[in-house]
Amino acid sequence: MSSFSRRRLVTTGLAAVGGVSGLAVARSLAHRYGLIPPDSGGLCGPGETMTYAAQRLLTRHSMAREFTRAQISQQPFANSVAPLGPVFQRIEQQGFRDWRLSVDGMVTHPASFSLEEIRGFPSRSQITHLACEEGWSYIAEWTGVPLSHILGLAGALPQARFVVYQSFERDWWDSLDLADALHPQTFVVHTMNSGHLPVAFGGPLRMRVPRQLGYKSVKYITGITLTDDVKRFGKGLGSAAPEAGYAWYAGI
Amino acid sequence: MADPVAVRPSLSGVPATAVRPRHSAVVRVTHWITTIAFAALLVTGAEIVVSHPRFYWGETGNVNTTPLFKLPIPASRRSVPTGYGYVLPDQNGWSRYLHFQSAWLAVLTGLGYVAFGIAKGHFRRSLVPSRSDLSGRGLRLTISRHLRFRRPEAAEAWSYNPLQRLTYLSVIFVLFPLVIWTGLAMSPAIASAIPEAVTILGGQQSARTIHFFVSLALLIFLLIHIVMVCLAGFRSRVRAMITGRPAEPMEGA
Repeated sequence: MSSFSRRRLVTTGLAAVGGVSGLAVARSLAHRYGLIPPDSGGLCGPGETMTYAAQRLLTRHSMAREFTRAQISQQPFANSVAPLGPVFQRIEQQGFRDWRLSVDGMVTHPASFSLEEIRGFPSRSQITHLACEEGWSYIAEWTGVPLSHILGLAGALPQARFVVYQSFERDWWDSLDLADALHPQTFVVHTMNSGHLPVAFGGPLRMRVPRQLGYKSVKYITGITLTDDVKRFGKGLGSAAPEAGYAWYAGI
Repeated sequence: MADPVAVRPSLSGVPATAVRPRHSAVVRVTHWITTIAFAALLVTGAEIVVSHPRFYWGETGNVNTTPLFKLPIPASRRSVPTGYGYVLPDQNGWSRYLHFQSAWLAVLTGLGYVAFGIAKGHFRRSLVPSRSDLSGRGLRLTISRHLRFRRPEAAEAWSYNPLQRLTYLSVIFVLFPLVIWTGLAMSPAIASAIPEAVTILGGQQSARTIHFFVSLALLIFLLIHIVMVCLAGFRSRVRAMITGRPAEPMEGA
């Protein structure tokens, strides 16, 4: 009986050590390949990490579905935002002449572009689905500049691993890993359904990340910052969303 | 293999530990993990629906479009017109985190269970009904017994009746796969990788609507399951699913 217990103790011990070191190896590999989201702490961190890691392994290069012009929603819906205040109104009344988008952080040429300059950059269009985490959705044609083009103009440094973007609404900011930031369908959008992007839909400039839920497509973007450590921003959770209780990665 | 009834611990006199349990350890463990995950999925799923209790068909839908139907409940978002003069507290953030974590738990547990069930012949032995069970007479008999709320005989504590078998098989191989599929079809990233998963269903809003109905079917299954367990003998059935033995183990055996 005692030898049986001893053998059992030894095998259990070995299995436990093996399990723990296996987990540690998996964790360090996951870190190296960028499979751990910034909001991986907390009670639901394991689920969030599995979702993010699985989708980074399976959907890194997949393209969001594109639709036909006939499928564009006749009645899109814009979630209301808090009043944007007198400063925004003044800029809006002047046709957003003074709207600027800055690019800084880990870049060789920090820059600041006017709305007019951005409208002059080579643009692309996509007819994609915007789904809100609440459950509603619409399809629209979005025209803008691929984010990768803007990052290229500023000269993104190879150490950069995240792109942080800031809204005119001070407490609204988000970030993308490079897989999404450099994805060909991630746009800085200035035109919706062949007209200037309306303010209700995020005009004059909004980010468009069609492989994630609507809240990643931050409205009224004013600044882009490249970083190697997204935990230095805000509360260290990667964006304003987890600070309000929502997942940083919204590909679901 | 001996008829399970013949090795009931109360009849056989062999030590209880040597008797094949009513439910194997894998079945018992996966049953309770699934119970926890499913409870979390139901509560958080309901919270998520409350943020937009309107359902659509096709690819898109929002408060500006005509819904397929609306749930007559208040919403947790001001933007949804519900006819109620108030807005419920918003619980979407933690509900979504927990929903997806519980989904992982349920899916991984379910995969383990199905792999075990196939490898060890659990489905073949315990769940696939026999030919005679599926005959008109056999089915009529078991349905009429259910309709009269007849308490099961003692021997039934050791195997499933044909209706149970058919129900469990459809939950395991139809409802669960469907609820996982429709859930994944709502994900924009999954939709980008596997567009067919969405288009076959008729669109992302269709997927959401089907997800709702399949969840409802699973909820109805859960309620009937609990009623049946109570009718059959709550203590013995729950004990069997925890310890593996329906009856109190014999003292000193």
